[in-house]
Amino acid sequence: MMSMTPMQRILTTLGHKEPDRVPVFLLFTMHGAKELGMSVKEYFSRAENVAEGQVRVCRKFSNDCVYGFFYAPIEIEAWGGEVIFRDDGPPNSGMPFIKKFEDIRRLVPPEVGQSKCLLKALDAQRMMKEKVRDDIPIIGTVMSPFSIPVMQMGFDKYIELIYEHKELFEHLMRINEDFCVQWANAQLDAGCTAVCYFDPVSSTTIIDKELYLKTGHNIAKRTLSKIKGPTATHFAAGRCYSIIEDVMQTGTSVIGVSVLEDIEKIKNDCKGRTTVMGNLNGIEMKRWTQEDTTRIVKDIIAKAGKGGGFILSDNHGEIPFQVPDDVLHTIVDAAHEWGRYPLQWLK
Amino acid sequence: MENQLPVDDAAIYIKNMIQSLLSVNKIRAKMTLMEASTAYQPIEVVEKVIVPSLEQIGEGWTMDKVSLSQVYMSGKICTEILHDIMPQNHTIRKKQLRIAIATLEDFHTLGKQIVKSFLHSSGYEVVDYGNGRSAGDLVSLTIKDKIEVLLISVLMLPSALKVKEVRRKMRENQAAITIVVGGAPFNFDDKLYEEVEADYAGRTVSDAINIIRSIENSRGL
Ligand code: B12
Repeated sequence: MMSMTPMQRILTTLGHKEPDRVPVFLLFTMHGAKELGMSVKEYFSRAENVAEGQVRVCRKFSNDCVYGFFYAPIEIEAWGGEVIFRDDGPPNSGMPFIKKFEDIRRLVPPEVGQSKCLLKALDAQRMMKEKVRDDIPIIGTVMSPFSIPVMQMGFDKYIELIYEHKELFEHLMRINEDFCVQWANAQLDAGCTAVCYFDPVSSTTIIDKELYLKTGHNIAKRTLSKIKGPTATHFAAGRCYSIIEDVMQTGTSVIGVSVLEDIEKIKNDCKGRTTVMGNLNGIEMKRWTQEDTTRIVKDIIAKAGKGGGFILSDNHGEIPFQVPDDVLHTIVDAAHEWGRYPLQWLK
Repeated sequence: MENQLPVDDAAIYIKNMIQSLLSVNKIRAKMTLMEASTAYQPIEVVEKVIVPSLEQIGEGWTMDKVSLSQVYMSGKICTEILHDIMPQNHTIRKKQLRIAIATLEDFHTLGKQIVKSFLHSSGYEVVDYGNGRSAGDLVSLTIKDKIEVLLISVLMLPSALKVKEVRRKMRENQAAITIVVGGAPFNFDDKLYEEVEADYAGRTVSDAINIIRSIENSRGL
């Protein structure tokens, strides 16, 4: 088969057909900074840096997407919250800005068009689009309305809100939904091909299925239906097997699968309906030998590759800063060698 | 064996306790413990009812049978009930290791909070060094307070890697403190705790109780 552009490859796999080879999404956030010889903080301080760095790492590793993601707490920055940078990893959100449950009543969501940090990210995505045009998909990201409160108010208080203050919880969800839809659609307008909806609080690692069906599930259905483009739902390495049917019902096109799950079982359930993405272990990855890497890539392709509907990726949606280039090159080489369709070596 | 109720009775309390905690029903959990305290001494309520219930809940999380929000609420409910039903300033364990807990260069506090509440509910006293501590801070504090077991909870990988610096600084100060680590990065790489030279890693919150017990046993406590 003729070699395809990354965009053709992705569209084919999303259509549940086999492209020329298994597509690979290496979801870089900080490797671009290394590439440009900058600290993480400096890297994210200018749209030009991020656009240049992300496209460079994409080309360096023949990646099938450009990742338009800055960091999760950029949304917290937009809400007026604090972001703490470090040199050896992604930034984190600082002190929660919702201090008391009652603060929720007075909360006003940020306007994307007025937010300096979000406008910077949109600029970066626009520049990425100019660089790669329609050849390579650009992936935008949002934190789900249901998951972002962990950073808005702290995890402990948020769990108590869900169980013990239902009315305020619903109120917060409506505010967060408005913001999330606005932010997602702005990224699509800036040139993103699809939006990754990070929703790990819906994962059964964090809440049980019964609670998910009453909360995260409905919120995702409402939110995704208002996002004007394709979405991928990512549980950020949280589990999702027992809610997989319900997740598919939210209208998402792709599901990010944790290494804690059997990707073969998930692929079988999703076959022909939703594309499965995963599930390389990003944390362990930094110490993989060449043999480990090739074996693991082959194993995942064998379990989930057949028939398309599959993207090889890490299981979290971010490659840790500590993962060396050698491992990343080996992942790509193995995917190119063992992911060539039809997967004849499996017969 | 001391005078005790038939095992089955403890089993019923445990079952009721687990059901109450998982359904986040504090009133029912409290009734169960109050009933148990009419039959048992405070330390027995802890050892025979609370510890096994929390252990099963913690273990359930590793098997995707129990969610983290249930784990958190279970610890919180137990701590609150114990506060209500135990006499003030009552020490449940007469003898115990000197234990401290902290997050290391990490601002994620939930793991630490849950471990602390599980240990408290199991009768252990734990010194809390707070969040976002540096390796240097932790080493000086543990030496000053003569801590024997230092529990470290992290969520970020770079924070997990800093445990190695804690170990190095302890060694420089000839401090033989047992380091127990836990948190997501250690669950995604079961060799990480060795790489950072920790003594033990817990996969789930109740492992903190089991690990402390085995350290106690190894020291004949
Ligand atoms: C939910 C989630 C989110 C949510 C909420 C996160 C939060 N707490 O703030 C959101 C969407 C906001 C999010 C965002 C991010 N996340 Co996140 N997220 C998760 C997820 C799914 C669960 C994390 C969590 O809070 N769990 C609750 C805690 C309490 O669980 P735990 O640490 O496992 O603790 C349990 C046990 O380990 C044990 N335990 C804990 N401590 C101790 C200590 C001892 C001594 C013992 C014995 C036991 C013990 O007890 C607990 C209960 O059983 C994990 C993946 C996963 N499956 O775990 C990724 C994960 C934590 N995220 C990760 C990352 C990187 C991020 C981001 C930095 C991404 C980015 N670039 O922006 C942001 C930063 C967020 C911030 N706060 O600023 C990484 C961190 C590791 C790494 N790569 O460095 C993880 C591990 C994913 C991965 N596999 O790589 N995330």
